[in-house]
Amino acid sequence: MAGESAATGTTTGNRALMLEEPLLFEIGRRDQTGVDIDTVELGNARLGGLERDGVDLPGLSEPETVRHYTRLSRQNYAIDLGLFPLGSCTMKHNPRLNEKMARLPGFADIHPMQPQETLQGALGLIDELAHWLVTLTGMSAVAMSPKAGAHGELCGLLCIRAALEARGDARSVVLVPESAHGTNPATAAFCGYKVENIPATKEGRVDLEALKARLGPDVAAVMITNPNTCGLFEPDMKAISDAVHAAGGLVYCDGANFNAVVGKVRPGDLGVDAMHINLHKTFSTPHGGGGPGSGPVVLSEALAPFAPLPMVMKTADGLRLVEEENAGADHPQSFGRMVAFHGQMGMFTRALSYILSHGADGLAQVAEDAVLNANYILRSLEDVLDAPFAFSGPCMHEAIFSDKGFADGFSTIDVAKALIDEGFHPMTMYFPLVVHGAMLVEPTETESKANLDQFIAALRSIAEKAKAGDPALKAAPIYAPRRRLDETLAARKPILAYKTPAPDGAGTGLGAKYGGG
Amino acid sequence: MRYLPLSDADRSDMLKTIGAGSVDELFRDVPEEARLTGPIRGLPMHAPEMAVERHLGALAKKNMVAGEVPFFLGCGAYKHHVPASVDHLIQRGEFLTAYTPYQPEIAQGTLQMLFEFQTQVARLLGCEVANASMYDGSTACWEAIGMAGRVTRRKKAILSGGLHPHYVSVCKTMAKFTGDTLVTAEPRLEAATDVDELIAQIDGDTSCVVVQYPDILGRITDLAPIAEAAQAKGALLVAVVTEPVALGLIKAPGEMGADIVVGEGQSIGVGLQFGGPYVGLFATREKYVRQMPGRLAGETVDAEGKRGFVLTLSTREQHIRREKATSNICTNSGLCALAWSIHMTLLGEKGLTELAKVNHAKAVKVAERLSAVPGVRLVNDAFFNEFTLELPVEARPAVHAMVEAGVLGGVSLGRLYPSVDALKNGLVVAVTEVVSDADIDALEAALKEAVK
Repeated sequence: MAGESAATGTTTGNRALMLEEPLLFEIGRRDQTGVDIDTVELGNARLGGLERDGVDLPGLSEPETVRHYTRLSRQNYAIDLGLFPLGSCTMKHNPRLNEKMARLPGFADIHPMQPQETLQGALGLIDELAHWLVTLTGMSAVAMSPKAGAHGELCGLLCIRAALEARGDARSVVLVPESAHGTNPATAAFCGYKVENIPATKEGRVDLEALKARLGPDVAAVMITNPNTCGLFEPDMKAISDAVHAAGGLVYCDGANFNAVVGKVRPGDLGVDAMHINLHKTFSTPHGGGGPGSGPVVLSEALAPFAPLPMVMKTADGLRLVEEENAGADHPQSFGRMVAFHGQMGMFTRALSYILSHGADGLAQVAEDAVLNANYILRSLEDVLDAPFAFSGPCMHEAIFSDKGFADGFSTIDVAKALIDEGFHPMTMYFPLVVHGAMLVEPTETESKANLDQFIAALRSIAEKAKAGDPALKAAPIYAPRRRLDETLAARKPILAYKTPAPDGAGTGLGAKYGGG
Repeated sequence: MRYLPLSDADRSDMLKTIGAGSVDELFRDVPEEARLTGPIRGLPMHAPEMAVERHLGALAKKNMVAGEVPFFLGCGAYKHHVPASVDHLIQRGEFLTAYTPYQPEIAQGTLQMLFEFQTQVARLLGCEVANASMYDGSTACWEAIGMAGRVTRRKKAILSGGLHPHYVSVCKTMAKFTGDTLVTAEPRLEAATDVDELIAQIDGDTSCVVVQYPDILGRITDLAPIAEAAQAKGALLVAVVTEPVALGLIKAPGEMGADIVVGEGQSIGVGLQFGGPYVGLFATREKYVRQMPGRLAGETVDAEGKRGFVLTLSTREQHIRREKATSNICTNSGLCALAWSIHMTLLGEKGLTELAKVNHAKAVKVAERLSAVPGVRLVNDAFFNEFTLELPVEARPAVHAMVEAGVLGGVSLGRLYPSVDALKNGLVVAVTEVVSDADIDALEAALKEAVK
């Protein structure tokens, strides 16, 4: 750890409570284990002569394991530590009650292929969550299986494609407004559609006239994010839906930002045919450093018959799961199965626990507080940061700023890294694409006013430095576990797995060269 | 509304700063005729913690819990013991409530863990590189076919009859929309000729052959001849593993020449959870890494020269590439990958090998006991911890009859393949370290009764 000791002045490279941690492969041993398992002699092995020679996996004892991962955890920012103002990604408080409920053995320790008479409580939970999702959105049905938001988009588009095929309508184009999530065009292309962009107005909304002009017999669907990625509600949503329907197409709504309007408006009333709901965003299942997510898709009457299998259905004998075998009578037009088992039970449990805690009244308050907090940030900073859509009215769940007015050579990333030193996670950067140097700030409803005021003060001071061209900004972050990391090097010379150094000591990883571990 | 910190006084102060008379004004872009006033009908109002616990607790009690009864179900989801420290560590807020590590300077914990996970997965599956996890095994399987198509520029995949039927369904669903051709083999109890038939179907249009190891009936087959035959025709071998504990004892698919190895990681560190969230494993050769879907953590250095980790090669991903993205995958199964990695670290090679031996030894014992039941035949020659029995009666009602006796006795092939008559007497039985001698006695008794 020579490099580290030079930087920190300590022999170990540690700095009091901030402890460095080597890689598992540098401290683990092949003959070490942290579990007690009986040693068994295989007298009559039936392995077809395919016995393995060795696996080369180091192990740690239990105390070493606990310390390794606890030390690693301390190198992470998290919503439990402070504000995570990620626009469109929505990081809010994760109640631990949800964790406790998800771990009840009756939910955590049941097998997906158990006979259905042994699973009535689990099917009941799915049915109850489905009822909430359908009621809150004003739709007809919900497909529970998608494993994440983008997977939900895929599910929605597959329903649309199946519905069009069922009426013998071979449409080939999906229209995606500029203000949509980047995943939307990817999903449409993956389903075999040609993707065309629809421009945004200078107010940051879908250009209704441009959209109407492009509609025609080749357009299968329009994918709209609402509230959109400029943080704005699309006031023409109903007119858009009516125009798309009149032209024979269907409307997909990216519901990633549903948390801003839950309990205030039902997408079904605006003519939406399919919309996914990111359970972790609206209903606070924890993000876990990148997943797992869960993206149920609510469907209009027109699309409900095409929902994927398996699905939960009420019968005289109780709840049952409709699978391929019995779909014939009950769900003949389903587009098929999109995952092996039926979705993300652990996420459903957490979402239902959260929904019941808030109730119908609490969820409306969630949307109000999320929108209030976002507008408070927008109005408190628009004098110091360029806010490109501030003139077009209130924002919804997120406030958007740009890098306009920064000194030459200073950009959004400098602001982001300086926020780290102030103890905040940076906002979403460079998104949406329609805004140069975009900064998308979403405080969510679980931030207090005092916390927002502290964030506003920090961002105000950083913005002033960016405008003045203060060179100190370029050095940020200084206090994080790492200074700015060389992402170009990582991509140019990818090292994606640890390789044990050669016996001569000439290591294969960059760490060996730079004295990392 | 205990999750909301604003007071009414805060709210009115903030409205003043904003210059709005009421919160309603902030929603003025929502058309008035569609705007809801008052709580949505048909849903209850907010509930205190105790009431939520009571309600969910009542639902949970209606299910038969795997850990409380003799339990022998597998077929893609397995009950193993998870050490207590795994769940303790993943519940640390800094892991549980962290975001995707897009700001690497303050996400080194997640990033280093993912780098370690990738290394562990690659070594277990016998490959050079692995990604930072997929949604689950079935979506990883489909993505492997897509990747083979990009590598070979061909669109015909051959699926073995031993591949999990739900995985086949997922592939069929996706192929309908992407224009890939899938050649699927009939599943059957007798497997002697499967490999030859699979090989005979490979031609110059084939992108990949997809085999499961051990397969859906628990059979183990040497993959080397299939890999050689596929590669001789310019196709790839994709191997699917749904029980990764097996690889503590039997050869890894990568060692036998598989080009892409995908798997369901649930067995290690992740509970049954009625099917999800699970953790998809995905590994391949280094030369194909730019065609690999999913997230990747890579090693680099910071401005002071210290080692650090970042998400890398993201130009393949959809948030950057939009309609030119490599796949629809936009996230990974981060927290499940963490659980997997912690459990694997606790095991190490020593623990994993011993765990695998216990699984196999118990499974051999149960297979011998059950195949001695009159009329019952063991189908497998070779297996790891799961095998198939041919019963003298239909297996589906037999499973329900065993439930009456309080035993979850296996998965019937009748449920997995409702339209294949030849399989209706097949019962797939999985045996792991959690099975006790008393459980085995109970299963034997219940099965004897059910096949009478």
